[in-house]
Amino acid sequence: MNVKHHISDELLLDYAAGNLSEGWSIAVATHLALCPSCRRTLEAMEGAAGALLDKVVSDHPVTTSDWDALRARITSEAPAAMTAPSSVKAKPTASTGQGVASVIPEPLRSYLGGDVETLKWQALGRGAYQIRIPTSDRATQVRLLKIPAGKPVPEHTHEGRELTLVLAGSFRDGDEVFARGDLEEADGSLLHTPTATEGEDCICLAVTEAPLKFSSWIVRMIQPILRI
Amino acid sequence: MSFSISISARTCHNEKKAGVSPLSRVKHGLKMKRTDRNLPEPDLSQEELCSLLAAVGAERSVTAFETIFRYYGPRVRSFMAMKTRDMQLAEELMQETMTAVWNKAVQFDPSRGNVSSWIFTIARNQRIDAFRRKRPVFDENDPVFVADNAPLADVELEGRQDAELLRQAMETLPAEQLDVLRRAFFDEASHSTIAEDMGIPLGTVKSRIRLAFDKLRTTLEGRR
Repeated sequence: MNVKHHISDELLLDYAAGNLSEGWSIAVATHLALCPSCRRTLEAMEGAAGALLDKVVSDHPVTTSDWDALRARITSEAPAAMTAPSSVKAKPTASTGQGVASVIPEPLRSYLGGDVETLKWQALGRGAYQIRIPTSDRATQVRLLKIPAGKPVPEHTHEGRELTLVLAGSFRDGDEVFARGDLEEADGSLLHTPTATEGEDCICLAVTEAPLKFSSWIVRMIQPILRI
Repeated sequence: MSFSISISARTCHNEKKAGVSPLSRVKHGLKMKRTDRNLPEPDLSQEELCSLLAAVGAERSVTAFETIFRYYGPRVRSFMAMKTRDMQLAEELMQETMTAVWNKAVQFDPSRGNVSSWIFTIARNQRIDAFRRKRPVFDENDPVFVADNAPLADVELEGRQDAELLRQAMETLPAEQLDVLRRAFFDEASHSTIAEDMGIPLGTVKSRIRLAFDKLRTTLEGRR
C-alpha cells in the first residue's frame, strides 16, 4: 500500500504542537498509523520543537526550593508509576474474540468499538450508511461513512474544513483517486463531488466542522429529522 | 535564534495570584526562602543530556536527574508560560512535566538521540492533560499499523545523526520561517491568529511552514 495523499504540513504542525482538537486529531492520527512518510515528518516537527526548546532563554533559573519540592515528590511517589514502558503493555483491543483486526487502525478502532465486521451501520438512504462517532470535541462532527460503489458521497457539505480518510475501497474527486490511507483536506472554497469508485464500496472517515446551531425553533425541531 | 519571555517568573509569583488552576496537587512556595538560592543552569550538549537521561532511566540516578532539571526546568517553565500566559500554572505544569520525565525516563530510547524533542512531547502532553483535552495517537503495536520499511541498519548512529542534522538545518532556516514555527509551537495560536499578529496573509504563514519542513525533510532524506 502506498499512500499518495498526505497530511498537509500546516495541519500536521497543529497536531505536533498539540493545538489540534480531538475530532480532527482522530483523522490525523489514523492516517499516521497507515503512513510512515507522515510519521517521519511528525518526528522532524517534534525534533524542531525540541531544538527551539533548547534555544529558549529564561531569566529565571530553578532554585534550591524548586529542586527540594521536586526531589521530595519523585522519591516519595509509589514506584508503581515508573514501571515498564506503556507501549509494551498488552492493550485490550476491540478485536479480541473477533479475530485479528485488519481494516480499521487505532486510534479510530477504539472509538468505533471494533473493526468493520462488528459495526452497526445506520442507513442514510440511497444505499449509503453512517456511524456517528462521539467525541468530547464539540467543534467537529466525526462520522464513518459507507458509500456504495459508483455513488456520490451523500449529504456533502461545502462549508468549513473537511477531512476525509479512506479506509476501504476508493473514491474519485475530479481527476484524483483517493484509496486506503489517503487523506483529502478540503475547505469551504473547494467545490467538489467525491464519488465512490466502481467495483467496491468505499468506507471513509469524515470529519467536518460541527453543524451550525440554528436559532429558529422550527429549524431546531426538524434538524434531527433532516440530520443537518 | 534565542528569545526570552517578557513576564518575570519571580515577580509574578510574589503577586500571590489566587488563580484557579486545573492542578492542585503541587504545592509550591510562593516566596523565596532566605536559604533559597538559584541553581545555575548547566551548559550541556545533547549527547551529555542523552547520557544523563539514560542514567535516570537505567539507574534511577537522582544526581543525573537534578542536572536535567537545572537545564530543562527553566526552559519548560518558559514554554508553559508562553502557552498558558499564567505563571502559577506554568510553574505547576513544569513540576508535572519534570515528574513525568522522571517516571518515564525508562521509556526514553537513547538510540533516537533526541532528548529535547522527547521532553517537548512530554510537556505538550502534560498541558493537554491539564486542560482535560484529548489528543488521540496511533499505536505501533496495532496489527493494522503500517510499519516503516526504511532499513534498520545502524539505527543508533542514524538516530543520533538525524537529531544533529535537524539541529544544523534549523540553524539555516530564515528568521521569518523560524518565527512562524516558534509561534506555532509556543503560542496557543491558530495560523490565522499568527497571520494577524505578524501582519501577513494566511497563505504566507502556510507557505513558510511548508518551506521550513521541505528543507528539514530534504536534509533528513538526503542521507537515507
